[in-house]
Amino acid sequence: MGAGKLQVIMTDSTLIAADEPLVLGEFSFKSRLFLGTGKYTTYPLMRDALDISGTECVTVAVRRIPENEPAGERFLDFLDTERYTILPNTAGCFDAESAIRTSRLAREMLNTNLIKLEVLGDQKTLLPEPVDTLKATEVLVAEGFTVLVYTSDDVMQAKRLQEAGATAVMPAGAPIGSGQGILNPLNLRLIIEQATVPIIVDAGVGQSSDVAIAMELGSHGVLMNTAVAAADDPIRMARAVRNACSAGRDSFLAGRMDKRMYASASSPQSNLITS
Amino acid sequence: MPKPDSTEFDTYLLNGLPTKHLRGQTIAELLVEKEATGLGVAVERNQQVVKSAEHGQTRIEVGDRIEIVRLVGGG
Repeated sequence: MGAGKLQVIMTDSTLIAADEPLVLGEFSFKSRLFLGTGKYTTYPLMRDALDISGTECVTVAVRRIPENEPAGERFLDFLDTERYTILPNTAGCFDAESAIRTSRLAREMLNTNLIKLEVLGDQKTLLPEPVDTLKATEVLVAEGFTVLVYTSDDVMQAKRLQEAGATAVMPAGAPIGSGQGILNPLNLRLIIEQATVPIIVDAGVGQSSDVAIAMELGSHGVLMNTAVAAADDPIRMARAVRNACSAGRDSFLAGRMDKRMYASASSPQSNLITS
Repeated sequence: MPKPDSTEFDTYLLNGLPTKHLRGQTIAELLVEKEATGLGVAVERNQQVVKSAEHGQTRIEVGDRIEIVRLVGGG
């Protein structure tokens, strides 16, 4: 047996164990993938996609009960609240006040301080409204919420939000549900470089390679919904993004090579049969 | 059974819609009527959360703005 086979330096399981969990307030996650629960054509499809994605934390929305609802399948019957940490959002809120009220209702409903804060600017772009986002962050932090806050990929706004006490800052890769990927990798790198809290890319991811790119840039996690729910095969896409998330994380931790202008041979250049 | 006299009803806003309810009705009774009980439901009265422990004692007043919300799929 050759000497190379005697000494195992690292195994798959030691590499996995060597990575830190992602800590958000009192919560700790091994999976760095966060999935939404909207837009699935059926609840069983959602349940199975969440299952195969390996996610440990899923987002939900808060809405008025409908006036007259036909009896049928209920959303919560397909969501294992023992298995997943439930992250309620304030999606659809366009001012600080309604986002704060929605957060308080979510806390009452789920007995959780976790909130994914979204305060949006307009219907067309669904881009975050920076002033009210900051205001709502300050109020909710003061009320003891663990605030994960959605923002555009603005470096200074990300800084203001972490200074305001956000537990995590969640910059958009691209507009919500647009599937355009990470449109400004430079901004994302700058946000990550100055971050004192976890940075989770939220929104805009369209496919697994976008997840890998976000993680390779050093994002601490990725949150997505439409890319999985609106894929032709959501369950296969859920598996793809799970793999991409861990691949991207490994790639980031491993540290990429420097780019070079010219080629550099991988095989020895000496002792060729033609030399 | 005779129908209750209309004076026994108050009007309030339920999820933004003008609604009539029996005078003295509690939040807890309203939730049973709407089949909105259990995990994943919360109530707001005049923009203040009513904690579930207080649903039984909180009576709906004329002109109240009541919101009943629940969890739905979202991203």
